[in-house]
Amino acid sequence: MQCPTHVYADVVVARAAGRIDFAGAQVLEDALRDAIAPEAGVRGIVVDLEHVDYISSVGLRVLMVASKAMRARKAVIAVASLQPVVAEIFEISRFHHVVDVRASVRDAVGAVSPHALAAYDAAGAADIP
Amino acid sequence: MKRIRFWGTRGSIPVALTAEGVRRKLVTALRSASGRTFANDAEIEKFVEGLDFADHGTFGGHSPCVEIETGGPDFVVCDLGSGVRPFGQDTLARSGGGPRTYHVFMSHVHWDHIMGLPFFTPAYIPGNKVVIYGGHAHLEAALRRQQEQPSFPVDFTTFRADISFVRLEPGKVHDIGGMRVLLKLQRHAGDSYGFRFESHGKTVIYSTDSEHDLGNRKETDAFVEFFRGADVVIFDAMYSLADAISVKADWGHSSNIAGVELCHAAGVKHLCMFHHEPANDDASIARVLADTRRYEEICRTGAPMKVSAAYDGMEIDL
Repeated sequence: MQCPTHVYADVVVARAAGRIDFAGAQVLEDALRDAIAPEAGVRGIVVDLEHVDYISSVGLRVLMVASKAMRARKAVIAVASLQPVVAEIFEISRFHHVVDVRASVRDAVGAVSPHALAAYDAAGAADIP
Repeated sequence: MKRIRFWGTRGSIPVALTAEGVRRKLVTALRSASGRTFANDAEIEKFVEGLDFADHGTFGGHSPCVEIETGGPDFVVCDLGSGVRPFGQDTLARSGGGPRTYHVFMSHVHWDHIMGLPFFTPAYIPGNKVVIYGGHAHLEAALRRQQEQPSFPVDFTTFRADISFVRLEPGKVHDIGGMRVLLKLQRHAGDSYGFRFESHGKTVIYSTDSEHDLGNRKETDAFVEFFRGADVVIFDAMYSLADAISVKADWGHSSNIAGVELCHAAGVKHLCMFHHEPANDDASIARVLADTRRYEEICRTGAPMKVSAAYDGMEIDL
């Protein structure tokens, strides 16, 4: 599992790829750690799940912990571009009630901050692996 | 071991189907039967069987009580929830009036798991023997206390059966009622214990009122080992995963998702969801069951694992 992060103004996009099982959850947790920290001043985190084909309960727990931390400082976390199976897992676990689920990364970034959306659009495809 | 028989499957507090609930099931059944005629009772029975379980049955019901039929002369039961009342009546009919021994395994002494004892008729009959096993030091005191005035009018000393208590040590093998019994400490307020029963090549796990953090590798590995290769795991799947690790974190219960992941890792043949949330109606539990079967399919890497949701009266042949 890989999870590089990209900063667009005050939003961090984490692009996960692979299976978020026990080991993958550690990678995700490491990727989100800096963005969650209050001193980072991040208003929103978007986890791009387009290239994720499975997320386990441990991975979902990482999202829950991040969600709680972000909510505590009035910031938000969203997931975007879910594969159909991952979307099913969100519904089965009822996580779609806990974490904002968006159709695309752009949609999720725009929902957090217009500045971030402008930066995201300006970066265009060049910044997206 | 021959069979598991569920006498109480609801968590926290017994739940009764309401008149409105019965009416809704009848309306659904009659709507499904619209335009059909039935030549005899057998055809009616067949039609009813074809309805969704939530439309012709109910998950119930009583608070936790699960019988394990060993094939031996003694009765074996897990927990003394309200389901132990009908269990007791049924064993009297089955035992033909003769004295019998009852082995009772207690997960813990929260109210929903002990409330049935004052209504357990075999305990009032001289000649019967009731041996109550558990890991808690305060097991006997808790059972005696619930029958003290002013909580209940019939004192514990009224029982005429020979009632004894045996404290079991976790991690050790105990030979009881023709079974090999192991105990495991579980995460729950005031502690709870899971039981592993082995006999004649069959293994049954009774693991209720147990919260899991699958991110804790050491703890998870220990449960995987405890569940390893079981034919049936009776598992506390009270909450959704989202609830279990957010608003209901530290409430001492688990989820269907955790059940599937643990049982898959342990090579379990049959996951049986148990200790249903009292706020869930039959349709909700049926939906959770369908979701859980789908999740099992999604993350399956080996042979399919059977998934069921326990209901009062359900039997699993081993």
